[in-house]
Amino acid sequence: MIFFDKVTKIYFDGTSPAVADITLGIEPGEFVSIVGHSGAGKTTLLKMLFAEVIPTEGAVFFGSREVGKLSSDELLKLRRNIGTVFQDYRLLPTKNVYENIAFALEVAGRSDEDIAGDVPHVLDLVGLSDKIWSFPHELSGGEQQRVAIARAIVNQPDVLIADEPTGNLDPINAHDIVGILRKINDLGTTILLTTHNKSVVDSVGKRVVTMDQGRIIRDDKEGKYSL
Amino acid sequence: MNIWTTIKRIARYGFVGFVRNGFVSLSAILMMTIMSFMLVNIMISNAAMTSTLQDLTNKVDVTVYFRTNATQEQVEQIQKSLQALPEVASIAYVSREQALADFRKRHENDQLTLQALDELGTNPLGASLEIRAKQTSQYEAIAKYLQAQQDSQSGAGASVDKVNFYQNKTAIDRLTKIIDTSEKNGIAKTIFLAVSALLIVLNTIRLAIYTARDEIGVMNLVGASRWYVRGPFMVAGVLYGLVSSILVLILLYPILLYRPVLIGLDPTTELLFGSFNSFEYYTAHFLLFFLVLTGTAVALGALSSYLAVRRYLHT
Repeated sequence: MIFFDKVTKIYFDGTSPAVADITLGIEPGEFVSIVGHSGAGKTTLLKMLFAEVIPTEGAVFFGSREVGKLSSDELLKLRRNIGTVFQDYRLLPTKNVYENIAFALEVAGRSDEDIAGDVPHVLDLVGLSDKIWSFPHELSGGEQQRVAIARAIVNQPDVLIADEPTGNLDPINAHDIVGILRKINDLGTTILLTTHNKSVVDSVGKRVVTMDQGRIIRDDKEGKYSL
Repeated sequence: MNIWTTIKRIARYGFVGFVRNGFVSLSAILMMTIMSFMLVNIMISNAAMTSTLQDLTNKVDVTVYFRTNATQEQVEQIQKSLQALPEVASIAYVSREQALADFRKRHENDQLTLQALDELGTNPLGASLEIRAKQTSQYEAIAKYLQAQQDSQSGAGASVDKVNFYQNKTAIDRLTKIIDTSEKNGIAKTIFLAVSALLIVLNTIRLAIYTARDEIGVMNLVGASRWYVRGPFMVAGVLYGLVSSILVLILLYPILLYRPVLIGLDPTTELLFGSFNSFEYYTAHFLLFFLVLTGTAVALGALSSYLAVRRYLHT
């Protein structure tokens, strides 16, 4: 479903590649944890999937289509089909929880009735039904991340990318977030998770890809964190 | 996607953003208000200048005085030849009788002069032609032409007594120069103020949108189309323009009535020339002010937002 074909990325300022000659395939419904130290190339790899980073060499395929060759319209559609969650939540600060989630549905062209039905449903899934009218600055970090996850999955994307989603959270909140991600995975969504949190990876207990200096050094079907 | 739904959503988000980013909106509106006042200043100053110069220009003329023995035909002949000149705007004929009546009127309180006039028995005043040129700079050419006419006539047959241009020459020259420089300065001032106002507003809106750059990044990421990202900011820009121009249109009433100096209009100009009143000009041309101010502010708000968002749109 997702295929990285010998991709290399060299940023302008660096001589050593951020990602070097990586080939990686991911099947539908998988839960893949990508681990490694900071600067190992995890985030760069994920950003190539939704064309925020363009590979210097090689190609990224989503289904049968090459991501780098999509028109800007097709790219928008692709992005609506990939949910993204980041360490810093990236919510819209001037919109409340309802509007933040509704926004993702609106850009996908859904009707107001659909939106009014889907938003409470997805908030229920992440356990935040009581904060529907709160603004991001009124929420804790864990709550903001749950809103971000709700926004990422409300369009029922095929893939959810979670880039260090627990990076700013305490262990209990981190555990909750991983629980939500597993629940989403159980519902059929492919999940790509990057982290350098050992307990998070170990608690997932699924495929683990280990990166170091832009290369894949391990790929275990049912792995643990080992660096 | 249903286009109407999209427009509705963009408009709603623009309005909501305008209200929720109250402080940013306020500063943008204030900047646009200042810009609008500059615009008003330019419009009114130019109108005052034009009207004042018009008044002054109307007071200048060249007069040909004829000798008392000049015949009606001689006067008409010169009048006809003057009318053929392209520089001449109008010619007023003052007959000998009219000149005498005017003279008496002017001196009606001066018994001595009137007595002397009565004693004379005959009318000592000649007929005259008051000539207006289309532009002040053209008086010289007309005067030269008349001078040549005068020179060509000789002895007892001569009809022209004198041409008063050379007595007025310094005044006319100076006025021509003033009109010329003030027109040039007016254009320079207009361009300078307009450009600086434009830059100030553009920068304020850019700053306002700079604070929202992360938000724009998130919208990109969620898969929002360019117009979906840009639209609400442009709606907010239009709202800045609308609110500020309405504010200015209302504030102009008390300001022009009581304290025009507040928006940089020099009240001494009005005192000097008297005939121009900025408040009357404003009320008489309200529609013009409404269209210019609202149009400029709204267009500027939308354009600035469009340009500012463009920097952060990556798709």
